[in-house]
Amino acid sequence: MTKTLEAPADAGAAPQDKRRDAAAGRVRRTSWTPRWVAYAQAAPMALVFLLFFVLPLVATFIVSFWNYTEYSIEPAFVTTNYTDVFYGCFSGGSALCTTFATYLSTLKFVAIVWAATLGIGFTVAYFLAFHVRTLPMQITLFMICTIPFWTSNVIRMISWIPLLGRNGLVNETLVSAGLIDTPIEWLLYSDFAVALALIHLYTLFMVVPIFNSMMRIDRSLIEAAYDGGASGFQTLTNVIIPLVKPGILIGSIFVVTIVTGDYLTIGIMGGQQIASVGKVIQTQINFLQFPIAAANAIVLLAVVLLTIWGMLRLVDIRKEL
Amino acid sequence: MAVKTVPREEKRPRSFYLLATFFALFAVFLYGPMITILTLSFQGPSGGLTFPMNGFSFYWFERLWGGGGVVDIGTAFRRSLALGATVMVLTVVISVLAGLAFRKKFKGSTALFYVAIASLIVPSIVVSLGIALEFRIIDEIVRPPLAAIGLMAPRGNSLGLFTSGLGAHLSWTLPFGLLIMFAVFNRLDKSYEEAARDLGASNWQSFRYVVLPMIAPFLIGISLFGFTLSWDEIARSSQTMGSTNTLPLELAALTTTVTTPEIYALGTSVTAVSFTVIFGTLGAFFYLQRRRERLAKRGG
Repeated sequence: MTKTLEAPADAGAAPQDKRRDAAAGRVRRTSWTPRWVAYAQAAPMALVFLLFFVLPLVATFIVSFWNYTEYSIEPAFVTTNYTDVFYGCFSGGSALCTTFATYLSTLKFVAIVWAATLGIGFTVAYFLAFHVRTLPMQITLFMICTIPFWTSNVIRMISWIPLLGRNGLVNETLVSAGLIDTPIEWLLYSDFAVALALIHLYTLFMVVPIFNSMMRIDRSLIEAAYDGGASGFQTLTNVIIPLVKPGILIGSIFVVTIVTGDYLTIGIMGGQQIASVGKVIQTQINFLQFPIAAANAIVLLAVVLLTIWGMLRLVDIRKEL
Repeated sequence: MAVKTVPREEKRPRSFYLLATFFALFAVFLYGPMITILTLSFQGPSGGLTFPMNGFSFYWFERLWGGGGVVDIGTAFRRSLALGATVMVLTVVISVLAGLAFRKKFKGSTALFYVAIASLIVPSIVVSLGIALEFRIIDEIVRPPLAAIGLMAPRGNSLGLFTSGLGAHLSWTLPFGLLIMFAVFNRLDKSYEEAARDLGASNWQSFRYVVLPMIAPFLIGISLFGFTLSWDEIARSSQTMGSTNTLPLELAALTTTVTTPEIYALGTSVTAVSFTVIFGTLGAFFYLQRRRERLAKRGG
């Protein structure tokens, strides 16, 4: 397990190895296999991504300029879908337009969920990497964190209902303990429920990359920090955190992009009452308004890509690896 | 582990127990809700969506599987199982092939890698909509000429479980498969293959008898990802399944309509399949690992 997780370290060091191999004349060995073999081997994956990822994005981009009526969509080149998406956004009015308000609401969830998953994920990874001493124990505890990832998200969401509902376990307990008189209404189908469910679902995306980065830290560096008189806290802030930055970045990219594009959790846990970009797109699809849904999807895609670009600017991941 | 070298008296006492408690609470947070619905799915016939339990019964399971319930769950169940199995096999085969390709030099390898990562990161609703649009365009543009020469029915819908649905799932599982293959091949010592070469093995023989046994446990890992990701997939399925519904789609639809523990019974059934697959594959993984170590020790 540890070795698998350390693998990206080798990937980072690959260019040097190649040079060494070349020096030793080992590169010639690849000529054992004809050149076309590599292309044939990569072809199935390339084909799948071409057909089911690249072309769909191209199709979305094209359709976002098409026209639509109540009954049909027709090829055209109009920008009305985009002006509809941003209707009222740049008119200078004091109220936020729908699109900006929706993105702002999503941004709120992104901020809350990112902070919470980072805090929890870092602490859990730190415990696993530095406090658990035997490998079998480490694997076991790591598996405990991972297994829910392989089960259904919808089930993990609805499993909050008996706990948070009006007559749920939390309210019953609080009422019978005399802490509150009437059940709390905002536990389920609310912003709180959405944030809680998102944290519940996606903390793992922080734990894994941060744990991976921590496992690659040379333990003698920590020893050196202690020998140099650093306290536990100083070691954490001056040695460990700078070294796990790439892990934090990868985890953050996952969490931020997932929450930005989410519509399912916000739908189910928000009682279908909270807006999100994904939900807007889904509603428009249901009304067969494909061109405007496509325009919204392109805007969402642009927002996600810009966010990732910004995050990569913050931490140069290639330098850190 | 290497932690031993750190002075112990600073480490164990306070922070360890604090962090261990934190981890335990995290585990409760992860599993607690799931355990409540597993328990509540065994509600008595008069029981509701929340505690207390009104007796213990299999009533809701019988209702769910007896067909007297809300939806035809059996069909969706078999459909998801078939799709999951197909996705699993294809993910393993395509990932291994691509993994082998990435060990050599080929033009476009960087682009393919970035596309795979992008497929992981681009919001699923966007990919789902894109695939749906692509297939609609195919139906509008490709179908008429093919129908003219009698290759296709003039009217119809190409969107379906094993066309767009399968592709949508692969676009989600393959990046995981590829990343695992990278991790595997990065730590695979090339000298074994070179030894096989020197002893006169062909390309195929060195793959079949040298590389494959060494990577076998990790292929089980990839199949675990392939199956479970497909089995639970919903965001990319939402627009790509055509007129059919997979189990998670049925489940998500039920969350707004069903107000009986039947939905918990369905949740428990779905989770039971997940757990069987997870523990089955993990068991197989550790079994293969151990056998390999034993054989290595014996010098076999």
